[in-house]
Amino acid sequence: MFDVEKIRKDFPMIVNNPDLIYFDSAATSFKPKCVIDEIVNYYEHENTNIHRGDYDISFRVSKAYDDTRKTVASFINAKDPKSIVFTYGSSSSLNTVAINYGRKFLKKGDVVLTSQVEHASDILPWFKACENSGAKISYVPFHKDGSFDLEEYKKCFEKEKVKIVALPHVSNVLGYIYPIKEICAIAHENGAVVSVDGAQSVPHIKIDVQDLDVDFLSFSSHKMLGPAGVGVLYGKFDLLDQLDPIFYGGGANARFYEDGSIILQETPEKFEAGTPDIEGVLGLKKAIEYLQSIGMEEIEKYGEELSDHFISKLEKLDNVEIYNKDARTGIVTFNVKGIFAQDAASYFNSLGIAVRTGNHCAKLLHNIIDVNETIRASMYLYNTKEEIDRFIDVIKDTTIEKCVDSIL
Amino acid sequence: MMDKQLKREIMLDHYNNPNNKKKVTDDRYLWVHNASESCIDDITVYMLAEDGIIKDVKFDGIGCTICTASTDIMCDLVTGKSFSEARQIINEYYKMVDEKPFDEDALEEANAFDTLYQQANRIKCGTIGIHAIEELINEYEK
Repeated sequence: MFDVEKIRKDFPMIVNNPDLIYFDSAATSFKPKCVIDEIVNYYEHENTNIHRGDYDISFRVSKAYDDTRKTVASFINAKDPKSIVFTYGSSSSLNTVAINYGRKFLKKGDVVLTSQVEHASDILPWFKACENSGAKISYVPFHKDGSFDLEEYKKCFEKEKVKIVALPHVSNVLGYIYPIKEICAIAHENGAVVSVDGAQSVPHIKIDVQDLDVDFLSFSSHKMLGPAGVGVLYGKFDLLDQLDPIFYGGGANARFYEDGSIILQETPEKFEAGTPDIEGVLGLKKAIEYLQSIGMEEIEKYGEELSDHFISKLEKLDNVEIYNKDARTGIVTFNVKGIFAQDAASYFNSLGIAVRTGNHCAKLLHNIIDVNETIRASMYLYNTKEEIDRFIDVIKDTTIEKCVDSIL
Repeated sequence: MMDKQLKREIMLDHYNNPNNKKKVTDDRYLWVHNASESCIDDITVYMLAEDGIIKDVKFDGIGCTICTASTDIMCDLVTGKSFSEARQIINEYYKMVDEKPFDEDALEEANAFDTLYQQANRIKCGTIGIHAIEELINEYEK
């Protein structure tokens, strides 16, 4: 039984800020006490480096670090824990794929297929990968409402030599879930490789990388109750193994010689040069265990419930324009008619409601949904329908005068 | 101190009917594009000056109430002024949003922003156009 009141008690940010309504979890999520305790415990009781020390505490921490690969693998149903690389976050995972794969395999005339819905972190590394290789970027045409158009996607392969498909699993602005399984199947039939940005999907929906058959999946710990500064790159082992690291250094090599030759560690260690974010990885393990204790199916269902509740109430207001009525991953994107998004958000802020406004790092999206700036309310497992109702009452009475008054 | 009612009127008036919001294609004008990386404000400011006197300032683009109103008001304030007079007005404005003592008389309608310093996340909105105007003066004085 999903008990949101019980869940809320696990989050010190909620307990310590009883008047705050936090609708910005797509930017970063709150952390449960067990994650915070794990980090403190590491520094107070086990503060040693990993894979280097000939003493008990270091062995214990090394083992906990390595075991986190198994935890992550089971969480996304990856076959092999060796296909889990720890990075510094989604952006660094996505860069690892783009820069490495691009550098090694992209040739002149190849196409990287992406979309104008993309977050800067997914699209910019591919700009750079193409710049260095002479490959080019193409965009999949989307439906007018910003949802994925599978038919148009298929046509892209007839027109061009698509080598890589780079798409989000869930759009960070519109919250739609893209049909990644079909996207991968079509790409694979055409000999292309698929890199998926899972930053907004992994925290919210159950992921099975084998069923989806994705080649690469990137995600961040801090959006899924874990600490910031750590992320995951999953890759099918054979693909991952073909890539060269971006960084070289301690922990990633087995031997090196005067003549400049290096014997690298095996995958995944070869990608983790330098001392990693140890407490981040340990915290991520706790975060995943916490999510698993509640159940990803339950979390997904609750996210749908919150979305449905929010949208159904918002639809009844005539001073609001909604841009993603059919999205059900806890992201609601809208504007109050006639009011600049940031002015509205300032007013909400004055009443203790935290939302994000702007273009949400997806600076090409306006080509699809035809607005530049929106208000994004993003929810997670600790938000409640009562919070939504309180927010709806505020939105209903939002006027430009009140927005201006909030800064006077 | 202006009362709240008057401040609100000034702000909304300059937001809804900005006198100086207009795209300029006249190539005698210098222009500066200023966009915020943290919010959506994204404006271009155009300036025409002759013999050290600002003849005209216009702006164009996308901005929130604070960005639009503050830029529009500052365009009014500096038009017809010498560069050094304009700089003085701008400096008084910076002092105001920095919560330092400032000369109210120099700022006229811009006094509507005298409590902006309380909104750390909006100071950027209230200075983006002003910075652009300052940059244009710098450009002219190079």
